[in-house]
Amino acid sequence: MPSATFAGKVVAVNDEGFLENPDEWSEEIASAIARAEGIELTEQHWRVIKFMRAEYAEKGTGPTVRVLGKTSGVSIKELYLLFPKGPAKLAAKIAGIPKPRGCI
Amino acid sequence: MGDTIEKVSIIISKGSLEGIYPGLIMANGARAEGMEANLFFTFFGLDAIHKKRHEHIKVATVGNPGLHLATMAGGLPGMSSVMTHYLERKMEKLDIPSIPEFIEMISDTGAGLYGCKASCDLFEMTKDDLIDQVKDIITVGEFYEMAAGGQIIFT
Repeated sequence: MPSATFAGKVVAVNDEGFLENPDEWSEEIASAIARAEGIELTEQHWRVIKFMRAEYAEKGTGPTVRVLGKTSGVSIKELYLLFPKGPAKLAAKIAGIPKPRGCI
Repeated sequence: MGDTIEKVSIIISKGSLEGIYPGLIMANGARAEGMEANLFFTFFGLDAIHKKRHEHIKVATVGNPGLHLATMAGGLPGMSSVMTHYLERKMEKLDIPSIPEFIEMISDTGAGLYGCKASCDLFEMTKDDLIDQVKDIITVGEFYEMAAGGQIIFT
């Protein structure tokens, strides 16, 4: 299993760089993953990331972009400005949860 | 990581519900994966971005063996509306957006929506007939220029 070092901590990741164990996540790790993706986290980013983690904790899976747009309070347009390379996918990666599965 | 797709250009050429949704899902999915995506509507596919028609897209019940209906039954008056209602209800339960809502959402993701010039000329449509999210009516040459370096998907 591959591993990566974020914020000085070695964590197990999958082939796409998603944390294998969401419990190993910390806010420092989130900032480090974001930086590696070219994103400096702002308050709005954190709002989405925390929403992703809460959804994952409750439902066992992260929301898709459509669900994020409807329920996180951040519009689809803004989500793509915050995470240009795919809001649900990138926010999940930074939030340390598995990539959301869903076609829409 | 291996090979990745960076850009897709998706052509929607049919005006039935089952002809339009796959292209929309692929465009939306491409943006969700961080790819650049452009949608090009041609021939009857233009109905998907037509102000007056995009709320009334129907399932084709004639010549559609996938519905497992007798050909004669598929042609009965109202059959297309009934099947469309049935499918739309199922889609709503799965939180699949309606075509107008889906197209607005895809535009919000930053994907480009374009109409085909030859088809607009043929059906006597102008940009005013098309929904506001449509960026432009373009020629096939302009489409290829825009699609250069990416994948082209025809539906």
